[in-house]
Amino acid sequence: MKHTLSVLVEDEPGVLSRVAGLFSGRGFNIISLNVAPTLEKNTSLMTIVTEGDEQIIEQIIKQLRKLITVIKVVDMNTVKTVEREMILIKVNAQNSARAEILRIVDIFRCKVVDVSPSEITIEATGNSEKLTALINLLHKFGIKEIARTGIVAMKRSMQLS
Amino acid sequence: MKMKGAQILLECLKQEGVEVIFGFPGGAVIDIYHELPKYPIKHFLVRHEQAAVHAADGYARATGKVGVVLVTSGPGATNTVTGIATAYMDSIPIVVFTGQVPRLLIGNDAFQEVDIVGITRPCTKHNYLVKDPEKLPQIIKEAFYIARSGRPGPVLVDLPKDIMASEIEAEYPKSVSLRSYNPHYEPNLKQVKKAVDLILEAKRPLIFAGGGVIASSGNKELTWLARTLQIPVTATLMGLGAFPGNDPLWLGMLGMHGTYVANMAINHADVVIAAGVRFDDRVTGRLDSFAPSAKIIHIDIDPTSIRKNVRVDIPIVADCKEALLALKEEISKRIKDKDLSERYQSWRDKLNAWNDAHPLTYKKSDEVIKPQFVIETLYELTGGDAIITTEVGQNQMWAAQHFKYLRPRTLLSSGGLGTMGYGFPAAIGAQVAFPDKTVIDIAGDGSIQMNIQELATAVWYNLPVKIIILNNSYLGMVRQWQELFYNRNYSATHLEYNPDFVKLAQAYGAEGYRATKPSEVKDVLKQALKSKKTCVVDMVVEKEENVYPMVPAGASLSEMLLV
Ligand SMILES: Cc1ncc(C[n+]2csc(CCOP(=O)(O)OP(=O)(O)O)c2C)c(N)n1
Ligand SMILES: [Mg+2]
Repeated sequence: MKHTLSVLVEDEPGVLSRVAGLFSGRGFNIISLNVAPTLEKNTSLMTIVTEGDEQIIEQIIKQLRKLITVIKVVDMNTVKTVEREMILIKVNAQNSARAEILRIVDIFRCKVVDVSPSEITIEATGNSEKLTALINLLHKFGIKEIARTGIVAMKRSMQLS
Repeated sequence: MKMKGAQILLECLKQEGVEVIFGFPGGAVIDIYHELPKYPIKHFLVRHEQAAVHAADGYARATGKVGVVLVTSGPGATNTVTGIATAYMDSIPIVVFTGQVPRLLIGNDAFQEVDIVGITRPCTKHNYLVKDPEKLPQIIKEAFYIARSGRPGPVLVDLPKDIMASEIEAEYPKSVSLRSYNPHYEPNLKQVKKAVDLILEAKRPLIFAGGGVIASSGNKELTWLARTLQIPVTATLMGLGAFPGNDPLWLGMLGMHGTYVANMAINHADVVIAAGVRFDDRVTGRLDSFAPSAKIIHIDIDPTSIRKNVRVDIPIVADCKEALLALKEEISKRIKDKDLSERYQSWRDKLNAWNDAHPLTYKKSDEVIKPQFVIETLYELTGGDAIITTEVGQNQMWAAQHFKYLRPRTLLSSGGLGTMGYGFPAAIGAQVAFPDKTVIDIAGDGSIQMNIQELATAVWYNLPVKIIILNNSYLGMVRQWQELFYNRNYSATHLEYNPDFVKLAQAYGAEGYRATKPSEVKDVLKQALKSKKTCVVDMVVEKEENVYPMVPAGASLSEMLLV
């Protein structure tokens, strides 16, 4: 099963390679990884999407906590969260296709961020299902390039059970 | 205080209580070596940096203190890697200081530059590159704290030359606190109660001790538990010495070359108290048939050890000593003054019967020296009052099986990494720590050649280490596998061109002895043990002797090949 892990780390040189090295060295899988500074000085937040059975996920979390530079690890699968990912998609948009693509952009509430006579670049934000659906729909026009941020996640303020 | 970086480093080491450093100089650490003679720290110059790390490791294992290493950048640093990985696998506290090129040159492929922090990231508990001179004292403090606390391990500190050479204003901090590192020592008392419930209900309990018991000095508590409840004890290689090897409750080591009775015991136990172990594959054999009918209580300070390899019924994440102490208190409350000596009697009878049926043994000989006989004789002559180090291979397993370890920190052996070449430099480290004790490296003819150059070190510093080479002219353990599982295809394991170890010893200024017949063994060992010098004993032993019992790799512990 996929798990999203929120990993708060000391922002110091090498911290990314400590975390990445742990995954590669122990044969764990990183599906996506996002890193950026937090509000607090000298700390960064990593959002790691990984995959494994219960025992593997338990090991991954424990191994992460064991790293001296890791401050906190939360398995976001154990709480209610908001998860979002941003994606940029460059798609073929010859005359006839343009209108249909723009309609899809509208329905998915995405944005057009770049246009040329033959292509449109779309920016979309959402959870993974929404983005997968969007990619599927755009497929037939010919997707030329994709760039994704990987998931970022946050615990919801209200944890309704 | 305002001083040169090198002086700050040494001042900090002094304040940390460091008495001994093992090292080897070079351009990047020349500033440190320049200052070193002015400090009350004894430096031992080795002949290869790997040996410096093993020596610091041996010093740490023998004393429980942190071992310290100082080497130069580039090749000096890379030569330490095997030693660091060895210490890492066995959770040994050492701090390794490596020189680094000046900060301005880092990343430019400068002369003798290597990214040692990158290289050792997966085999250190933590490591540092000092970039900011002001942080030097704090980093040193953290390095020692991290190395010795929690689950101990090696820490590396990389020191750019310009920082060592320049004037810095700094104070050595009195204490450390790291928000992201707070080892947890106290056991959860609920878990302890549950464990005691389980232990007192058990019919066939077994104590299974590992290196964690020794690291935490929990051997007294473990021994109390075993003797009070009359529970039999087995141990991993790393746990030998945690419980007296001459006690009637002692079953011998467990695992691939464990005793028949220990492996049968774990196969039939209904409760296993596993303290300070990590269930390595050499110990468990095939996982799905490991301790099939047992509930497992697992005590370890490292949460990652728990449920990594085997299912656990009652995990206790804590320092072994603290957890065993809590078990003791809880058990004392419950049993009051009851006499428990009859408890588990039928279980112990069964174990005794197994042991009588298949004791640890070997085919004796009057013609050729049996390696096991050498170890037995060593035990007889020393009465167990010695620090034994081992190399790796058959020699290591015979040393584990046939010597009785009566106290913790008397067997120093590379368990996790299995590093040939470990034993001799580790013996040097132990002898440095205990100049008056008998320190013996039980060696193989292959392994000893991996760090034989340290004879120069031992002789120079008058360290009377005894190297007993079980010389079978083979990389014996690999040959044994080839014999048993690869059709006797002795590919690249026959050491046909060994040097004359006696002459070699003499060339270095050590004493050399040789025995070729069983009748000579005792005398030769006596002479070496009596000598105040570094001694090499070339024991010309049976060439194709095998280590038994043996559980083939991947088989379950009940599938033992016996003598
Ligand atoms: C550095 C290193 N290289 C290779 C091995 C693989 N290995 C394990 S035991 C062994 C044979 C050791 O030979 P020797 O020291 O003569 O010991 P014996 O088994 O004959 O007692 C080898 C090559 C190892 N453990 N360590
Ligand atoms: Mg050999």
